[in-house]
Amino acid sequence: MKTLILTTALVALTAGAALAQEVVRIGTEGAYEPYNFIDQATGELTGFEIELGNELCSRAGLTCEFVQNAWDSIIPNLQSGNYDMIMAGMSITPEREQVITFTQNYVPPASSVYVGLSADANIGEGGVVAAQTGTIQAGFVAESGATLLEFATPDETVAAVRNGEADAVFADGEYLLPIVEGSGGELAQVGEPVQLGGGVGIGLRDSDEELKAKMDAAITAMKEDGSLNAMLEKWFGANVTRF
Amino acid sequence: MFSWCADPSAISGLTWLSCFLTTGTHINFYWSFVTVLSVIAITAPLALLFGFGGAVAARSHVAPLSWLGRGYIAAVRGVPDIVYFLFFVIALDQGIEWTNRLFVCDDLSAPVWVGTEFRVCPEAKVPLATAAPAVQRAYNFGLAVFTFALVFGAFAANVLHGAMTAVPRAQLETAEAYGMLPRQVFRRVLVPQMWIYALPGLSNLWLILIKATPLLFLLGIQDIVYWAREIGGAKLPGNNPYPHGDLRLWYFLALLVFYLAFTRVSEIVLGRLTRRLAHGQATLGGDAQRKAAA
Repeated sequence: MKTLILTTALVALTAGAALAQEVVRIGTEGAYEPYNFIDQATGELTGFEIELGNELCSRAGLTCEFVQNAWDSIIPNLQSGNYDMIMAGMSITPEREQVITFTQNYVPPASSVYVGLSADANIGEGGVVAAQTGTIQAGFVAESGATLLEFATPDETVAAVRNGEADAVFADGEYLLPIVEGSGGELAQVGEPVQLGGGVGIGLRDSDEELKAKMDAAITAMKEDGSLNAMLEKWFGANVTRF
Repeated sequence: MFSWCADPSAISGLTWLSCFLTTGTHINFYWSFVTVLSVIAITAPLALLFGFGGAVAARSHVAPLSWLGRGYIAAVRGVPDIVYFLFFVIALDQGIEWTNRLFVCDDLSAPVWVGTEFRVCPEAKVPLATAAPAVQRAYNFGLAVFTFALVFGAFAANVLHGAMTAVPRAQLETAEAYGMLPRQVFRRVLVPQMWIYALPGLSNLWLILIKATPLLFLLGIQDIVYWAREIGGAKLPGNNPYPHGDLRLWYFLALLVFYLAFTRVSEIVLGRLTRRLAHGQATLGGDAQRKAAA
């Protein structure tokens, strides 16, 4: 009887191991509408990256599962193996490429914009600009001469402008412009858009060459057949930069 | 949730509110209260156990055991909590997987730490990548409870260690004079009498524990503060059926009421416990009870 149980357990374990290769866990922040956010009606993760991630995985023959993780610890948890990919609106930058690797971009290099209470808000020397911690925008503000005010979530950066804590917020146009539009004149874009980074890509561990190749192939296929552009349009509106 | 919620844009007032307060995100918010309460309910006794173990070890006459107890208390008390919650959990997780690797991986020659990466074979992952989301959540929950218990256990150990020292020496000597073994003195005289000295310190810890639960989000558990912030944040029309401005103030006010109520209930219970434990003790409280009875 004992051997029987042991054998069953072993079979179950090996079966699990064989399956383990196929399941890919994707880390995301769940607070960056429309890239990734919590669906208000269901309380589940949704957004452009959730739909894209599931599509890429089904094309690559993988089973994917999204995991929510705070932005602060999103790279350490990837390296620790708690998930295998990051799809969290993460721009491809040289600094990040030193610690992790990226696939080709699935969102074209886009413009970051300043948003303030009025179009003439001070974003230069002497101004206070809010940005999310650890983003390329935060790095840009720090070097622009303005005082950088960092927040853990994108939502708080916008709230800081609304309550006067900051003169302006600096973030992806795709995230900020719908907020400006929905604010009914309370918020306005400040100055010209700034081009930053190499677009948004999937972040992976340096050693995951095989997974990276699979994802790159799936993204290429989606770029070629136009389905990526269609998805971009669906989530970001008709004015989005396309491939 | 309700039948009248099918088209949120067509409703307003209380009807809108009844639909808004029963969205998926709100249901998650309500469940997170259960999560937080269960974390506290499991952590508190576990921390007390760790604390008791630590205090007994620190008092031990066996030198290595004493060093272990003292080391545990000093290490945790001296390091900021946030370091434990950010670093220790990842280290603990990696430690578990590293140990597991020795048993289940076929190829042990591959290096585990490559640069900043931690690599074990997929079979050694705890829990397995194939595990159900519920299992993953349970594992995170377990790690969180363990980490909380470890941190608060060290503080409890210090409190209990002090309480054990505070029991009047005469009580213990009397017990010894009756011929009790050290073990008996400990169990029958020292432990029953120490609680009254430990209670003020422990009740402090309990209240701090209640309020430390927002740290849970660092451990991957979506607690009440996370959901209050997520739901309260401004929501745009378009993707959200119930767009609204920044409502965080209201959600944080609700949390304030929750925390205050919880603290008040705790104080009442702890007050009763103090009166009970003071009964017959050679303390000011015990004396007062004796005088009142006479």
